Amino acid sequence: MKSILPPRFIVERDLDRCIQCQVCVTQCGWDVHYFDEVDQVVRSRDELCVGCHRCVAFCPTHALTIRERQLDYRRNANWTPEVLEDIYKQSEMGGIILTGMGNDKPYRNYWDNLVLNASQVTNPSIDPLREPMEMRTYLGAKPERVEIDPETMDLRTELAPQVPIEVPVMFSAMSYGAISLNAQESLARAAAAAGTMFNTGEGGLARPLYKYKDHMIAQVASGRFGVHPDYLEMARILEIKIGQGAKPGIGGHLPGEKVNEPVAATRMIPVGTDALSPAPQHDIYSIEDLAQLIHALKEATRYTKPVSVKIAAVHNVAAIASGIARAGADIIAIDGLLGSTGAAPKIIRDNVGIPIALAIAAVDTRLREEGIRNRVSIVAAGGFRNSGDVLKAIALGADAVYIATAALVALGCHVCQMCYTGRCSWGIATTRPDLSKRINPEIGAERLTNLLRGWSLEIKEMLGGMGINALESLRGNRLHLRAIGLTEAEMQVLGVKQAGM
Amino acid sequence: MQTGVDAIVEIDAAGLHYRDLNARLHRVVEEGARTIRLVNVHGQRYIGTGLRKPVDIEIHGVPGNDLGAFMEGPRIVVRGNVQDGCGNTMNAGEIIVHGHAGDITGLSMRGGKIFIRDNVGYRVGIHMKEYKEQRPIIVVGGTAQHFLGEYMAGGVLVVLGLGTPGGRHTARFVGTGMHGGVMYFRGTLTPEQLGKEVSIVELDEADRVLLGQLVGEFCRHFGYDAAEILSGDFIKLLPLSKRPYGRLYAY
Repeated sequence: MKSILPPRFIVERDLDRCIQCQVCVTQCGWDVHYFDEVDQVVRSRDELCVGCHRCVAFCPTHALTIRERQLDYRRNANWTPEVLEDIYKQSEMGGIILTGMGNDKPYRNYWDNLVLNASQVTNPSIDPLREPMEMRTYLGAKPERVEIDPETMDLRTELAPQVPIEVPVMFSAMSYGAISLNAQESLARAAAAAGTMFNTGEGGLARPLYKYKDHMIAQVASGRFGVHPDYLEMARILEIKIGQGAKPGIGGHLPGEKVNEPVAATRMIPVGTDALSPAPQHDIYSIEDLAQLIHALKEATRYTKPVSVKIAAVHNVAAIASGIARAGADIIAIDGLLGSTGAAPKIIRDNVGIPIALAIAAVDTRLREEGIRNRVSIVAAGGFRNSGDVLKAIALGADAVYIATAALVALGCHVCQMCYTGRCSWGIATTRPDLSKRINPEIGAERLTNLLRGWSLEIKEMLGGMGINALESLRGNRLHLRAIGLTEAEMQVLGVKQAGM
Repeated sequence: MQTGVDAIVEIDAAGLHYRDLNARLHRVVEEGARTIRLVNVHGQRYIGTGLRKPVDIEIHGVPGNDLGAFMEGPRIVVRGNVQDGCGNTMNAGEIIVHGHAGDITGLSMRGGKIFIRDNVGYRVGIHMKEYKEQRPIIVVGGTAQHFLGEYMAGGVLVVLGLGTPGGRHTARFVGTGMHGGVMYFRGTLTPEQLGKEVSIVELDEADRVLLGQLVGEFCRHFGYDAAEILSGDFIKLLPLSKRPYGRLYAY
């Protein structure tokens, strides 16, 4: 069937600048650029371009410009170009429209409607360049109260396992298979260098990454891929994945064509089979069942490591989180409406779930009201773009955040949303050896470490500005936030006052 | 308490919370016990979970859910029924149950063997998978409930139908989403009872050899006559595709 889908991008080649070097031809993972043997000239197929800008970044003479080419359909507020083109796609092929990365719709981004406080006159601000700022966060359940032996001053209370992180930003779950091994090693290496954690996703841990195990969060998800006793023992934190922000309530399919030999070895499945992660975990149909798996993992690892439960932020997130805390989890990871993915049905990515800011506030409030906030650390995820977003989340009540999109952008990602195809020209969301080798884990880790260092410095500056010298003192301290342009109901959920009040 | 390689170490589980029972089990194994008998077991969960030594454990009573979850190595014999999730994500080892087993027996199991003398519950063998030399095996003496072998990605499931009236299995949605591995049934199973991702195929010589081995092992555990069981009619179920959901997506 002939496609009536118009090209999404137009490739403009400045012929005065182009030196026919064919770098664009070799760099493009989409076969857009090609060398015309007859005319002895480089040409482009616009209709294949996804706008990833790999060619633009590598063109030595800046001869290339990629322009978005939106057809001027007759103007219609409801039948937008995206709506029309999605229908063209489905009428050509049937089936579910897939996409990658996070929700790109203009939902309210709450971080843009919240502002932080600073000290002026009535209390002094702190200069983090000269005064110590406490940035360490301990993840894990905290005791109700602490008992100390008055004679020896030793701690009498038995503490649940704690995992310290030196910056309140961890790398969110991205599996080997969804991303390349070099990309995952970049994350692992950076996590080790920065004193934080990376997360295996549901892909197991590839042998070359075993050396980063002290910074590994091992996911146990519905497919149980790559879950074996060594994997559980190596992990610093175990995470039961119930859901993710980009696709709440559904499972995932790693298509057979991505399951090559090394991916198969890590997931422990035969080459070429679809790796199906069912929507539910079939041993979890209730909070009681969740408690059972939490304790199965604790038994399997002799109570030496915290168990996290990751959920998507959905309507009843506060009640669900309360159940998770009572089920014995040490950490609750909540992934919001803007959470990213390697592959999800577009209709779900763009329409299901609630914004992370509202979820953090609702969960933190509920757990405080029930007197069980100490039992869990809250890790928030889903669209954190910069250190301002991170600090606002902490002020709302999060202990730490997970980032994924921001981390991939640091590795070169241009958010073209084609991760599910496995053809990523940047060598990130692919398992093709020729593309994967474009990420050098040493350089990748350096870029990520730089990013975390930058955010960390900024967080210290903002904290100092507020007159606070420990991250802990800002946690759940919503008086340091004010709202701009939000409704009464929104401010009520967030527990934040209108700016000026 | 006796220890040493040959001695049988007995633990009385009466009144013990699972955490204490398992801590004691781990301790005696650390101390060198290789044969352990647990008596008065009343629903304690996770027995054998996290054990990685090739020890023999005999359980008297009814162990609770997740018996042998994430297990790698031990051989567990249960003189009684087991509850749900027996062999959950098990990697290696053996579980032999002289009785019935509950739902999701062998969930996501990747290696080792489970023999159940009588019947099993729902979704048994769900998402079992195999990898290279690791090939999980479940043999059920009686029959199974619905969604047997759901999402099954590898391994072998055998259902012998012993004591099943008229040799008729009543499970429905058998092999829904199955995309790897193989199932064998002794007795009658009609196409309406199957998931749409599987089909009935003829057994070949290799199947007969495999069944001969597994039924032989089953009979040695439970004292049945292998020749008599093997003389019955068997059917074999295979997935139609390694990629059942390959055509689900557009663009």
